[in-house]
Amino acid sequence: MISQLTSPRLLRSLLPAFSLTVILLAIFYLQPRAMSYFGLNLLLNLALPIAFATLAQMCVITVNDLDLGIGAFVGFVACVGVTWLNDQPLLGFLVLAASILAYGAMGALIHLRNLPSIVVTLGMSFVWLGLALLVLPTPGGKAPAIVTAVMKFKTPFVPMTIYASIAIALIVHVALKRSAYGAVLRGVGGNPQSVARASWSLVRAKITMYALAGFFGVMSGISLIGLTSAADANIALRYTLLSIAGVILGGGEFVGGRISPIGAVLGAITLTLAGSFLSFLRISPDWQIGAQGAILIIVLALRTVINRSEARKLA
Amino acid sequence: MKTLSLSALLVGATLGVTAFGPAALADTSGKRIALSNNYAGNSWRQAMLKSWDKNGKAAVAAGIVAAADPFTTSENQVTEQAAQIQNMILQGYDAIVVNAASPDALNGAVKEACDAGITVVSFDGIVTEPCAWRIAVNFKQMGKEQLIYLADKVPAGGNLLEIRGLAGVFVDDEISAGIHEGAKENSQFKIVGSVHGDWAQDVSQKAVAGILPSLPEIAAVVTQGGDGYGAAQAFKAAGRPTPLIIMGNRQDELQWWKEQKDANGYETMSVSIAPGVSTLAFWVAQQVLDGAEVPKDLTVPFLRVDQHDLEEKLGGTEKGGVANIEYSLEDAKKSNLGHVGPRNYFRLARNFVILP
Repeated sequence: MISQLTSPRLLRSLLPAFSLTVILLAIFYLQPRAMSYFGLNLLLNLALPIAFATLAQMCVITVNDLDLGIGAFVGFVACVGVTWLNDQPLLGFLVLAASILAYGAMGALIHLRNLPSIVVTLGMSFVWLGLALLVLPTPGGKAPAIVTAVMKFKTPFVPMTIYASIAIALIVHVALKRSAYGAVLRGVGGNPQSVARASWSLVRAKITMYALAGFFGVMSGISLIGLTSAADANIALRYTLLSIAGVILGGGEFVGGRISPIGAVLGAITLTLAGSFLSFLRISPDWQIGAQGAILIIVLALRTVINRSEARKLA
Repeated sequence: MKTLSLSALLVGATLGVTAFGPAALADTSGKRIALSNNYAGNSWRQAMLKSWDKNGKAAVAAGIVAAADPFTTSENQVTEQAAQIQNMILQGYDAIVVNAASPDALNGAVKEACDAGITVVSFDGIVTEPCAWRIAVNFKQMGKEQLIYLADKVPAGGNLLEIRGLAGVFVDDEISAGIHEGAKENSQFKIVGSVHGDWAQDVSQKAVAGILPSLPEIAAVVTQGGDGYGAAQAFKAAGRPTPLIIMGNRQDELQWWKEQKDANGYETMSVSIAPGVSTLAFWVAQQVLDGAEVPKDLTVPFLRVDQHDLEEKLGGTEKGGVANIEYSLEDAKKSNLGHVGPRNYFRLARNFVILP
């Protein structure tokens, strides 16, 4: 029983929740005002778009690729959201649907031509940024009223972000970790040859994961404009690195199809809170990026310690 | 009994807060003001932060406010600044002064601050959310002013080289629009080239050096500030005669102008916003907390240096800094006229263009 409780597998899956709890307690200690519905709402509401972007990144990482264009893509979605989606909803929907298809096509291209995903997605990031500037040359626009209403909706007991995070984490968890096709999709990252020999289509799997990434990217952009109510093309450039950090912080790995949707959502929330934590500590902005890096390193070091103990047990 | 007195105290406190609104001159000594700044990477922003710091510390020492804390985001990103403003709401500041990364995309966070009863004053990079105060600069006029000066100085006209700022930022669009409008009204001038100098001397020098070989003779260079010195260096390196270059109040630009003036009587003018506008925003926030009626939209004049007061302005500018004016409580009190003059307004009036 005790050996089960201290098993590395369990410890590893608890690590994201543990880091989130530590940061949350530290914030409550520094700023007791945060310990309220209002406070939690302010602390967490910007976490939802980051959580969606992290899930998008996680889909790409599942198939052993990396998406360096997700931030620019979210910015593009935000720009479409505050212009076309608001003025001509039908056109807006079509453009967003087409952009999800474009993401899927990008996955197909990367697989069929055997291109490095980093190069393709980085190249596409400039395309997204350029398109965003075309759609919205100067900052502004207006988010559709329904999006703003949904994002500002006051749910009972705890803020909407918490319900939404739990819901998306569970849905993606069931889809990728509990369903049969989800196992195949993760297998594409773990061992593509054997998946192919079992007569599963690799290109279909890649298209599925990239299109899913596109879908979560769209969700991220739309939830973001619901909070900001306007957009500019550069609004989410930071999300690229935040999303990668979120996946890794949440227990994912760059290779092998090892991912954790619940961990990724927790990782995204932890990263959001880390920023607030550092600003409550009054750390000078020059040090804040470094301090954020230090938090990442501490969590990753803890994970390495757990992995080592697992390796020792197996040996 | 204990709980009762505590709740009585709480009720008292709540009443105190609600009573504050209509009361005319409330005490602001317990109020805390925060500065949310999105960028600190150039000499203008550094001077702006320094002015805030000096003024804020003096105000705290004098017991006018309880705190005047500056915060700068580590990256110039809207999402980060929105989170920063939300953190300030949680930290319980009474007023937030903002130099915004985007005029629109922070509106959500600004609205949340207003809803929490916090006074929001934006300056330089203003926000469009109606509940906030705006201390704006008429950037368009700043661009147009350069052409008005040139029309007077070089009546024959000629070719112009335009150095722009950071692409995609609305300040750049506004100044450039003003320059182009001015060029249209004074048709003897023709803009033959345009480069982006990102308001930085090194970038401007590279950009101007790159375009110079393809340009005919240049009569004048119109600029946005932080780029005049780099342009002068590029002309010198190319071995071309130095045209009339409009400066932007940076110390290195004024210094270069002074050297040229002493050597060969070089004439130009220099125009930019005083970084001390952050102190005006501070006092406006303090006035609003004090219960004063301040109009939501204020326009601040820009600071202009001319041939005759170059030495005076250069003397008052520290190395690596920007010509500056800091504002006082009196200036903020005058602000209910809709536009604000600096201290010693009349003595300095000729250096300023009073905006509509």
